[in-house]
Amino acid sequence: MVDATMKSDAAALRADKRGSLQKTFQRKSTIAFLMTLPLIVLIALLVLYPAIYAVHLATLNKTMERFVGLSNFTFLFKRETFWMVVWQSCIFAITAVFFKAVIGFIVAHLVHNIPDKGQRKWRGMLLVPWVIPPAMSTLAWLWLFDPSYSAFNWIFERIGIDPVPWLGDVYWARFCVILVNVWIGAPFFMIMYLAALKSVPDQLYEAAKIDGANWWQTMRFVTIPMMRNIIMITALFSTIVTFANFDIVRVLTRGDPLDQTHVFATWAFRLGIEGGDIPLGAAISLFMVPILTIGAIFILRDIVKRGNEA
Amino acid sequence: MTAAVTTNSASAAGPRYGSMSNDRKWALRWSYFFLILFAIFFLTPPIYMLITSLKTSQEISAITNPWWVYNPTLDNYRELLSSNQYQRFFLNSSIVTICVVTITMLISVPAAFALSRMKFWGSTILGMGVFLTYLIPETLLFIPLFKMMAVFNEITGITLINRWWVLLILYPTLTVPFTTWIMIGYFASIPKELDEAALIDGANWWQTLTKIFIPVALPGLIAAMIFAFTVSWAQFLYPLAFTTSESQLVLPVGIITTLIKGDVFNWGQIMTGALLGAAPPLIIYAFLMDYYIAGLTAGATKG
Amino acid sequence: MAEVHIRKIVKKYDDVLAVRGIDLDIRDHEFVVLVGPSGCGKTTTLRMIAGLEDITDGEIAIGGDVVNDVPPKDRDIAMVFQNYALYPHMTVHENMSFGLRLKKFPKDEINRRVDEAARILDITELLDRKPKQLSGGQRQRVAMGRAIVRNPKVFLFDEPLSNLDAKLRVQMRIEIKKVHQKVRTTTVYVTHDQVEAMTLADRVVVMNHGVIEQVGTPTELYHHPRTRFVAGFIGSPAMNFIACNLQDEGGQLKLRVNDTLTLPVPAARASKYAQHKGNGSVLLGIRPEHLTEARAQLEPGVVAFDANLDVTEPMGMETLVYFPINGETICGRVNPAAGAKDGAPLKMAADLNQMHLIDAKSGLVL
Repeated sequence: MVDATMKSDAAALRADKRGSLQKTFQRKSTIAFLMTLPLIVLIALLVLYPAIYAVHLATLNKTMERFVGLSNFTFLFKRETFWMVVWQSCIFAITAVFFKAVIGFIVAHLVHNIPDKGQRKWRGMLLVPWVIPPAMSTLAWLWLFDPSYSAFNWIFERIGIDPVPWLGDVYWARFCVILVNVWIGAPFFMIMYLAALKSVPDQLYEAAKIDGANWWQTMRFVTIPMMRNIIMITALFSTIVTFANFDIVRVLTRGDPLDQTHVFATWAFRLGIEGGDIPLGAAISLFMVPILTIGAIFILRDIVKRGNEA
Repeated sequence: MTAAVTTNSASAAGPRYGSMSNDRKWALRWSYFFLILFAIFFLTPPIYMLITSLKTSQEISAITNPWWVYNPTLDNYRELLSSNQYQRFFLNSSIVTICVVTITMLISVPAAFALSRMKFWGSTILGMGVFLTYLIPETLLFIPLFKMMAVFNEITGITLINRWWVLLILYPTLTVPFTTWIMIGYFASIPKELDEAALIDGANWWQTLTKIFIPVALPGLIAAMIFAFTVSWAQFLYPLAFTTSESQLVLPVGIITTLIKGDVFNWGQIMTGALLGAAPPLIIYAFLMDYYIAGLTAGATKG
Repeated sequence: MAEVHIRKIVKKYDDVLAVRGIDLDIRDHEFVVLVGPSGCGKTTTLRMIAGLEDITDGEIAIGGDVVNDVPPKDRDIAMVFQNYALYPHMTVHENMSFGLRLKKFPKDEINRRVDEAARILDITELLDRKPKQLSGGQRQRVAMGRAIVRNPKVFLFDEPLSNLDAKLRVQMRIEIKKVHQKVRTTTVYVTHDQVEAMTLADRVVVMNHGVIEQVGTPTELYHHPRTRFVAGFIGSPAMNFIACNLQDEGGQLKLRVNDTLTLPVPAARASKYAQHKGNGSVLLGIRPEHLTEARAQLEPGVVAFDANLDVTEPMGMETLVYFPINGETICGRVNPAAGAKDGAPLKMAADLNQMHLIDAKSGLVL
């Protein structure tokens, strides 16, 4: 009886069975596609297209009427300022990331070292530089470095040190730019390393202790290997962000003195937007691409690797 | 016999335990000592902002101890908060930020849901692409975008440059990739059985998203919103390049371009403005610190 | 309340066949347990009944209607998941009523049903708590409550007890049985634990490699397994298999195990096995409970032999003994008073009235 009804139902259904199943699947993936559509449009129109458009722009003349091939690039190669900017951007990124990483590592260990209940308070306090908008905090540094009213120089004067021409001298200005960058970025490293430290199981430390490892050996063979992934990825992230930094140099020195502290982003802004030579600006900013690509490849490789492990 | 051995070993070990806890105590003292040093380094600029903001311009230009306020006054705050110009900046910033957070969430939450749960053709590549986009800095894109807006104006006659709402188009490129990325992570951590239970309970995909996924992933959603908020509030390059008229400026650019006039620096007001500009993120951070930190670390620890 | 009919269903993942065309008829009010090792296709079958996996081929009918293309919510089923899948942001009451609220049931009807289910499961005082505040057993009850309130045609359980500790598992097993006696809903229950299957089921379906090995009541499966797999899977400790020759020695059918051990087939079985004589590759299947210490007076069909014990495991009410035959370790269950000791000889007795004879090549019980 049941079989009989089933068969007739089945016969009726079989005809459109494949069709209706496919339809539901199609519908589901259509909905999914529609849900991601705004994201796709946004990325395609406002990220991918401008990135390609930048390459096109870089091959035009100043009034953007004529195709000039690579002459914008050859023009840049001939300018001393350009090579200074390349040099300056690299030094800036490498030194700043290095010091951010070292300070972040030390501070993370210090916080990790104190009793648990105090950690939250300290962590909260030490992350403040990261939370303040960089343009705002750089203003405070600008005021601290003020040529006539520098509060640092006031202290130096009390203890008998000559006043420092913070932003007036090329080398001091470069130092200041790196200092402010380290100040803003080190707390981020601290938070990441602290999270990594917390994720190391206590049993590993106990095992190391039982195996007779001293402080340095524990650090060398337990802590750092366990944190390696996060150390790497944080440093790569930071390298990209630091290399492409704009706010700090713009607010602190505007590239002065004598264009000696420019990085790619600020110089591109100066020539492209303020100087009205959009193709030249585009050409300058394109020089960031190789470094960014290298960073991105490494980060992506790490993520794919972790995805496979999971 | 056993008792004798125990006391014996205890007396032998006693001093050593003592020295170990002494070591520990000293390690702790040194930790605190260095923590205080680093805290001074990290907190000097904001504290100096506060000190300066409480001074009159006379006191600032006098050669007195810059680290101390002799005649504290709230004049700078009063003046700034009652100035139409500053109110305008603050309002512009607030509107832009609120809109951008909303837009970001509206784009990234459905996209993250689709990418984490409904597999479709190209979804894995898109997920990777989203992450890569996050790595493209705004400093690479502002020049072509500037030119694109100008071309758009020539074609349609709609002016985008020097209008505050151009920022509503630009900021999501900075926020959406990352928020989508961390929402994918949060959604992916929800067990598959939960949507299956919802499916059997009769929920369609929309109800599954709004009644199950969003409430369960609420901490992630808050972290993503905080991220979008801080990025929009702090963004400096886009408004500097795309807006110039005072009525269109947002806070960070407004303070820097209007309060710094030539070589005349009114530092009391600049520091007050900067402090007030830093206040909203700081307040959110103070109240939602755990979500803030979860959002920060999610990028590297998830996915 | 309904019967479930499964006709030749097949599930294929890419090129892998997870379920290879199974047939099963589940009667109204019946409690059916699908049991088998992991990867045998039992969970896939359950998920196809639920509608969480689409069916590659064949048909599933619930209450007479083919449901192949019916979405899960319209199949009128309820499912209890292995990890409970309780909505973490909802209270127990909200968890249980979620499905009814989505179907826009009137509020007092919802409350009536939830209260009733809570009463059956004894969780009334937990209704306002969140899942996080519940113990494992309580979560299990809530998951069942969520199924009961919907008053579905069929309950589906997917290894619901595997996340509980051993003691709680026994307790919840009894609880599930009680609930089924009260609500009498047709139930399909998946587990890898044969004890759970035996104790809960009206009928047990033993699955292996995507096909059904045998369907039957627990006693049928225990006493009359049809394949070597079922014989070995049902019962704990597992049945012993001893390779031997079935020979005719002077008109008597005998199992020749090795040079020193030959076991006569009891007269009652002889006629049944006669046709297989000369088969050189048969397995003698005998459960540990039918290998005991030899008493002075042997009953007919019981054969005594000498064993050298390797290991003994005193369990209190009995002692498990392990000894080698032809290099295989054989398990027996003896009385604790029998004096079994590690490494000592013991006179054992095999109750061949309870033997099974299995064709080693086909794996079928003869």
